[in-house]
Order: sequence, then structure tokens, then C-alpha cells
Amino acid sequence: MAVRRLNPEQPAQFAFTAENLAWARETIAKYPEGKQASAIIPLMWRAQEQAGGWLPEPAIRLVCDMLGMAHIRGMEIATFYTMFQLSPVGSKAHIQVCGTTPCMLRGSGDLISVCKKRINEHAHETNADGTLSWEEVECIGVCANAPVVQVNKDTYEDLTAEQLDKLLDAFLAGRQPKPGSQIGRTASCPSSGPTSLTDSTLYDGSTIGAWKKRFEESSADAGEQPKETTPPSALASPAHKEQVATGTSPASPANAPSGAAPLHPAALTAMANAGLVKELEARGDGKPLSAGELDKIKSDMIRDRAIAAAGEQAAPATAAVQPELLKEPRGGGAPDDLSLIWGVADKIAEKLHAMGIWHFDQIAKWTPENVAWFESQLDGFKGRVTRDKWIEQSQKLASGWRPESKAGEKPKG
Amino acid sequence: MLHDRDRIFRNIYGFHDVSLKGAQSRGVWDGTKFFIDKGHDYIIDEVKKSGLRGRGGAGFPTGLKWSFMPKADARPSYLVINADESEPGSCKDREILRHDAHLLVEGALLASFAMRAHVSYIYVRGEYIREREALQRAIDEAYAAKFIGKNNIHGWDFDLYVHHGAGAYICGEETAMLESLEGKKGQPRLKPPFPANVGLYGAPTTINNVESIAVTGEILRRGSAWFAALGKPNNTGTKLFQISGHVERPCVVEEEMGIPLKELIDRHCGGIRGGWDNLLAVIPGGSSVRCITAEQAEAVTMDFDALGKLGSGLGTAAVIVMDKSTDIIAAIRRIAYFYKHESCGQCTPCREGTGWMWRVMERLERGEAELREIDLLLDVTKQIEGHTICALGDAAAWPIQGLIKNFRPVIEKRIEDYKAKHARVAAE
Repeated sequence: MAVRRLNPEQPAQFAFTAENLAWARETIAKYPEGKQASAIIPLMWRAQEQAGGWLPEPAIRLVCDMLGMAHIRGMEIATFYTMFQLSPVGSKAHIQVCGTTPCMLRGSGDLISVCKKRINEHAHETNADGTLSWEEVECIGVCANAPVVQVNKDTYEDLTAEQLDKLLDAFLAGRQPKPGSQIGRTASCPSSGPTSLTDSTLYDGSTIGAWKKRFEESSADAGEQPKETTPPSALASPAHKEQVATGTSPASPANAPSGAAPLHPAALTAMANAGLVKELEARGDGKPLSAGELDKIKSDMIRDRAIAAAGEQAAPATAAVQPELLKEPRGGGAPDDLSLIWGVADKIAEKLHAMGIWHFDQIAKWTPENVAWFESQLDGFKGRVTRDKWIEQSQKLASGWRPESKAGEKPKG
Repeated sequence: MLHDRDRIFRNIYGFHDVSLKGAQSRGVWDGTKFFIDKGHDYIIDEVKKSGLRGRGGAGFPTGLKWSFMPKADARPSYLVINADESEPGSCKDREILRHDAHLLVEGALLASFAMRAHVSYIYVRGEYIREREALQRAIDEAYAAKFIGKNNIHGWDFDLYVHHGAGAYICGEETAMLESLEGKKGQPRLKPPFPANVGLYGAPTTINNVESIAVTGEILRRGSAWFAALGKPNNTGTKLFQISGHVERPCVVEEEMGIPLKELIDRHCGGIRGGWDNLLAVIPGGSSVRCITAEQAEAVTMDFDALGKLGSGLGTAAVIVMDKSTDIIAAIRRIAYFYKHESCGQCTPCREGTGWMWRVMERLERGEAELREIDLLLDVTKQIEGHTICALGDAAAWPIQGLIKNFRPVIEKRIEDYKAKHARVAAE
């Protein structure tokens, strides 16, 4: 939080201009009946603009009266939101230097030095003739163009101390320097020119209506074929086709996740679609295929891939080995309260008992092979033992430690 | 590398016409009616299937969030779009607002329709004044073309309003945003009740990031399968990355989720200033995530899960790069000051703790501290983390935890140097 107080000297009154008053009425109408308080920030902001860049106390009261709010609510808003300037700012420019880490890394410290030297040692105080003032602000949100200052509505980006010096000269001379990057780049594009968005076909209107194909295909033959069809990119772009052919496309089978990693069903479809390009070239021999033929090829490919992926998953990396099981709790006594393991509730505890697992130390001794066996016994359990760190938890519990909560303690990390 | 055809934000740098006509020539507002005619549930289902995770930082599945909205309720429903982009390092929403605003306006209509909302507010941070104007122009164009508004051509009455803040980071927290939008101080609300139940003006509300909403139209046009095939499982689609700090050419760029950080920087930013050997640390997701070391940065991929595994996070994909010339303690100290400045003051651990941490960081930067204070500071971060209404407490604690985890020897050396210097002065 920041300490913010009203200026000791205040004008006697404040009134909106006719134009601003009309604007205020429109703004209030944006919000539902009885919720006009919502308009307080926009109205106060307009008052600050009209008052020359700072918010006098009579303006706060006026806005509250317009919105039917207690004055203290307006005071809360004015002091809470740091863009409301509570004391007068430079008449020609108020320089807001971003000092947060991304700007700091690129030299905002030098910009602050310039402000201190040329304007005032202290932020929020004007220079001798009241034309300039400055403050350090928290992140303006222009980080890729750091360091940056904001003056009124505009940002001046990619600055150096020398350029800021020149900007100050310009403001003092009553000029409005050109906002934006001061090294001549466009917005946040890399300074050497764009590294993306260079495909001119994006801009010639050829992408319009491409999406329709997806739905035409599925309505043409709404039989057994899968619901989702071709992503336009895979078929539409020659460059993408080439990537698919050379196996560099993200959607191509060559780059598909290998091993036992589960495949997203949509990824399967996309892989099939990518492969379809090659298939089409081979079968179609340049001639267009009918919608039915296309779908036949596609559904074949999706099925093949699904089978292949399922095959990979069905052969787990670790063979399942049954761990030590007991018919009943040791020594005929009571079992350990397995629900103290975080992630094990009463239902699962019952299942564990049914399988012959009664004690923490049994779980504590599990090997990866045992875990694989256990998970294969219960549906939908894959990965849960490892993810919830049952073994570590059980080791801790077996040593006599008890969690604070009955549900157990969530393992860290 | 992501092909240009698969990029959603085609005018992110503003090289092309930003008007409605220009946007339409790039495929925006193409087939919007067709998808609205397919129904509320179709849209939610497609977004669910696309695997889109919220782009505001937390990565909550967007489609799932939408499905929490009540289907029949006497109260009106609201969509609030979060354009209060204030996380140090983040500067993507700004580019959408001023250059690709029609994607956002179209997305707002589609998302509002999916959630049966007739009114949506876009909360733009106060500093984005030109961006706000650009967005308003786009909205006015959409109204004039009868794409939105009462009795529009899409057959779903829809009003879209621009609201703005006035410089408070905390208003990016969804419930603080609702408070602010209601004309109060931006102090987060307790959850539950969740906004989907009791949100803006006590009515069901969903709050989404600008980028999450702006990609909706393209996901519907290209299909959820297309989006899901990009990126990695559970981390699908494309993402606007923002790279700042010590790279040769900082920029904002749309890339595939899960791109290796090294490839991202080498391809689009011309590498690290002074080469990869000169890299010290990277903050991969905006100021509130823990930093990662140069070694980790060379191998990591940019997605929620891979960065989460390193104890960091993707956040808003705002990559802050620091080379070896950086005083890492000063860099984190500045972040600590940011959170001290931006704490709303509601919860004691955060209000008092952020200031306390910042003051200790000031001394650590100079080395004017005792070695045991490092662990004391770490302990205090743990007492703030998780003990506040909103995540600002966590966000203030994590950068410092990252510093201590990865750079403890640097802090220790600073303290020892300071001691040695002052012992000598005292002896003289």
C-alpha cells in the first residue's frame, strides 16, 4: 500500500463542463439501474483530465453527489487508485517512469536520474516554474518495449537517458513528440523485423470461408465417420504439407509423443489428418477424391492410430508384481487407519483391506512393480500412487508420525 | 515452429488495417452466426475439447469455467473480460486491444452467448488509454454493423461496454475486479461464493482473460481438434509470449505452447545478450513466479506443466530474461517493492508482510544483514503464502522463495563482503 493524502491547498469548487456532463450521463447509463456507483472511476478520471491532471477535493465530492454516494466512498476510491493524482502536476507534462524489474533491467534507473536532475529531486513535486513533474510508477505494461515513460495518454518506448532529455525539451517547448518506440520499431515487433506473420496469404482474403469445408464434409456423409474432420491448416498450406512430409510439423506422426504417454483423442485425429496429406498424394494421383473416399481413408487412419497408441499404452514400462498381502491385520489386532494417507478416503481404504493391505509399512515397502500391480487392480488409478506420493506418506506414517487433519497431509511438490 | 497459418493473432504488431473491414479480410467475424446457431452447449463443448486453459495466469480450463454458469436463473448473467494487464513482464493484451480488437469483440459475443449472458464488461487497466480508445472504436464499428447490440444479425441481444481502472494491480484478481467494477476499492472477496454463483451485482458472472476470449472465434472456425493438436497434451494451442529484459530483441510473439524456451528466444529475440553463456536467470511467467536458473532455462519447455515441475509457472508467459550483469537481489527487491506497493491492505499477512519482506530485501541487497536472516525471510514468505484471501500474498512470496532457492550463495557472499568491508573500516 502507498500513503496518499490530499493536497493541503484545494480550489473552492469544481464543476463539469457541459460536454463532460453529457459524457458522464452516457457513462452512467452503461450500468444497470441503481448501480450507477460503478461509474465512479471513469467520472473521477474525466474530472482529473478537466482539472489539469490532478483530482481536487471538490471534484471528488461532486462526483459522489452525482452518483448518490457518501463522500467517504469517493475518498476511498481517490486514495486507493494510484492514477488519481492528489496534488498538482506539471502544467506541460507529468512524466511517469516505469521502474519495475523489466524496465529496470533495461535502464529505467538512468531515466529516473534524468528526472531527478532536470525536474525535481523528489517525485510528485514540480520543477521551479511548475511546468514539469515526475513519478516512478509500477509497471505500465509495455515490458517488451522497456524502458518506458508515460506522459498523459501516450507511452514513449525503448528510451535512453539522452532521448528522455530530448523529450523533456520538446514538452517544455510545448510540442507533442511522436509517441511509441523511439528507436523506430513498430509496436512490439522484434527490432530487426517480424519473425512471424510473413505469409502473405493470410492477408489476401483467401482464409475466408475455409472453415466451411469442415462442416460440408461431415454433413455430406454423416454415417459412421468420426465427428471431427480436417484442420484446415494441414491441407490448406503448401508449406505445412511440406513440413508434414519431412516430419517437422508439430502435428505430424514423426513428432508424436512416443512411449506410453497417453495421446489426446484430438491429437490422434490431427495426426491422422496430417498423415492424410501423404496418403492423398499417393492414392489420388493428382485427381480429386470424392467425399466418401476421403472419409474412408480418414477413418481408417484414425482407427489405425488409435490401435497403435493403445498398443503402446498396453505394454507398461514396468511389469506388475504382486506385493506382500495379508489375510488379516497382523497379530489379530486392528488395522492402521489407511485413510490418513492423503488421497485415500474410506472407500479406497476398504478396497485396500479387501486386497489384503492393512498396514502403512506394507505400502511403505512397495516397489515400482508393486505399484504397477496395484494400479492395474483398480480402474482409473493410473499414476495416482506416485502422484500423491503414497509410499513416502506411508513411510512417514509407519514411523509413528500423524498428520493434523483426518484427511491426511497433502504431500509437497 | 508454428506455421503462420496456425497463428490466431494475425495483426498483433498492427502492420495491417485494424478496422472492421481489415479484420474481416483476415477472417474475423467469419461464420459467427453459424456457430451461434449451433447452440450454447456446442460452443462450450468445443472450447472444452480444445483443451484451452485460461491465459490470465492460473491456467484453469476455460470451457469448464464456462460450464459452471447456471443455465436457468432469474438473475442476469455477466461476462467480465479481464484486461487489467498489470503483471510486470506482461504486455500481450495491450497488443490485442489495439491491433486485433475485433477478435476480442467477436469472442466476447460468442462466449457471452455460450454462457447466456446479454451484457459483458471489459475492464481495461487505467494506464491503457490509447488501447481503450482503440477497443472502443472496434466496439462502435461492431455496433454500427449490427454485429452486436439489440436486434443484431446474430440473433442474440448483446451489449459490450468498456470499463476502466485507475492504477491498481490488485484489480486483476477476479473478485477485486468485480468490486472495482461496482465502484468500490479493489479488495478481493472471499470465495465461496464463487463469481459463477454470486458475481457482479450479485449475479452469475464469469471472468476471463482477454486472450482466452479472443481465441474463441478461431477455435470454433478451425475446430477444437486443430487447437488441441498444437502444443502438448494438457497444454494445447498457441500462446502470446512476451519476452523482455536482456535479450537482443525483446518482442511479443505468438508461438505454440510447449515451445522450448531456448528456441523461443533464439528464433524471435536474436538470443540472449552476450550469448547463452551470459545468462544468469529467467523469470518465465511474469514477476509473481519463481525464477529459474540458466541451466534450467536451456532445457525447459514453455507450458504450464513443465514450468510447474520446476517450482515455477507459465503465468502469463511473460519471460523476463536476466544476464550476468544483473544484480539478481536488486531485481527481486524491486519486485518485492512492487507487491508492497500493490497490496490492497485487506489481509494482515500481506499488508504487513510485503512491506517487511521488501525492507529485508533492501538490506540484503546491500549485504547489511545476518546470515540467519535469509532463513528468517524464507520462513516469513511461507507464513504469507496461502494465508491471504487472494493470491497476491503468494505472488509476493514466490519471487523471494525463488531467489533464496536458486541464489542463496549470492546473498551469503553479499553479506560476508559487507561484513568484511565494515570490519576493516572499524579496525582502521
